[in-house]
Amino acid sequence: MRGVGRFRTAFVSTGHVVLKCHPGMGEPVTGEALVADDDFSARYDLDRLAGVFSRPEHRLYGENYVDRVLVVNTAKGGVATAWMLHEMMSRGMVPAALLLNRVNPILAQGAAMAGMAMCDRFTDGDVTRLIRTGERVMVSPSDGRVTVYREHER
Amino acid sequence: MLRGSHGPARQWAMEHMIRVGKFFDAPDFVPVTQAHIMADTESLGEAGVAFLERFAALPEAQRQVLVPMITDPRGTDFDRCGELGQTQEMVSLERRASDALEALGILMTNTCINYQTISPPTPGEHLAFGDTGVVIYCNSVLGARSNFEGGPSALAAGLTGRVPRYGCHLDQHRQASHWFQVLFEPKDLAEWGALGAMIGGRTGSYWAVPVIEGPDMVPGSDALKHLGAAMASFGSTPLFHLAGVTPEAPALDAVCNPAMLEPITLGEDDLAAFFRRYAGQGGPVDVVVFSAPQLSLFEMQEIAALLDGQQVHRDTALLVVTSPAVYADAKRFGIVERLENAGAMVLKGMCFYQSYARELGQANGWRRLMTNSAKLANIIGGYGYRPVLAPMARCVASAVSGRLS
Repeated sequence: MRGVGRFRTAFVSTGHVVLKCHPGMGEPVTGEALVADDDFSARYDLDRLAGVFSRPEHRLYGENYVDRVLVVNTAKGGVATAWMLHEMMSRGMVPAALLLNRVNPILAQGAAMAGMAMCDRFTDGDVTRLIRTGERVMVSPSDGRVTVYREHER
Repeated sequence: MLRGSHGPARQWAMEHMIRVGKFFDAPDFVPVTQAHIMADTESLGEAGVAFLERFAALPEAQRQVLVPMITDPRGTDFDRCGELGQTQEMVSLERRASDALEALGILMTNTCINYQTISPPTPGEHLAFGDTGVVIYCNSVLGARSNFEGGPSALAAGLTGRVPRYGCHLDQHRQASHWFQVLFEPKDLAEWGALGAMIGGRTGSYWAVPVIEGPDMVPGSDALKHLGAAMASFGSTPLFHLAGVTPEAPALDAVCNPAMLEPITLGEDDLAAFFRRYAGQGGPVDVVVFSAPQLSLFEMQEIAALLDGQQVHRDTALLVVTSPAVYADAKRFGIVERLENAGAMVLKGMCFYQSYARELGQANGWRRLMTNSAKLANIIGGYGYRPVLAPMARCVASAVSGRLS
């Protein structure tokens, strides 16, 4: 399992929540969540060299997405993301995993090409409301399970 | 193929499609008759080009695609890349990608308007098409069946002659989920694009299918091109129905039960509000771009007519982007010469946003961009531009005056 963590403050764990979803793709991964009730396209929204959201209208504008578990609503826009995830993975400038309410074919194809972890179709509701930015999550795609570690600042 | 007896390229293709098919619960594969691949090098990067080159180095029997396969726009026009300010590194990568794609037996048509220029699909034809504008047009206007196939999946389809059967290949995903009543008649291509953008923005999902009632007119191919391209761009929408016009919707109730849907109305106020999102406040215009989708012969002719007798302002660039096939015709008819004599740059085989738009902006000092393409206006903000959306005539007038008219 890949593990990534980017915690800037000390945390104490107070439990966890397990979210069920459709079986996804990719290997299990753990990382810090970056969440927005917004949609996603690698072409439209990202400065892929800098690893940040570059589209001013996006709710994650200016945020660094590298190695974080990106949680957004759905995919938008064109087909470029299918190649771009592969290219981003080759440089290590890629989210640790993608969690969406509903994936479109392009994101699924891109994740399959890049070997990225990706899940969608959560049974408990809107995933952008079920996970908060900064929470640590463990994504288990083949099991269709995402574990959210609920933590509070010390 | 899956066992590798047809070589590693087809084995990869099958493994890739099985991963995608399982994700979407596809029951099996469906044969396709054509494939169309998006493979500009801004998207491919070094990693993607190297991936293609590995396949290109295989023996011919293992690397050739099994169905006719064509390309989406490239990242450059090789004849104009120096004037555009593209670097040697970009051009070299494009050349390598083109060589690899050709080695796979792919025809370098370099177009996103293949439905107007190469081989328009027929109703019910299963396809593996890349470029969202191509897919939505072929699904909606022509009644063909394709999902959005990104570059890797289109390549996998070409190498195997099939795709996983899910999404737009299935009847149940072609029924309307949203009902729009349009209370105005779009007057030009920018307004058709704006209508598509408003619908795409309101449905907002690949799995939603809008059916549109009104406007009370039958739009032409370029209008539907802009309608679909913008809808797909704003909403990731692969299919729409226009009641009484598109083939699967001779009437509203052919694609939905109206009693089960609440109509969403779109009027002149909505249209005006949409244009305000992309309105400028006066001042200079750095670049006017007609692209996304590539222009038809008729669009080229119209711009040439608007420009005749005028000159593009020295501080403003005017780019007119089309396919190699349309370019050849436009050159034959003297349209290219008329445009270039007026100071426009006519580019072929590329599309503005697929051609290192961020670097183009930096190299040429372009920031304020004006276009009649709602799709381009949507995309280009992420590349550091400030887009203004306006009708073609106003775009041309601004290119001539150098200022937002």
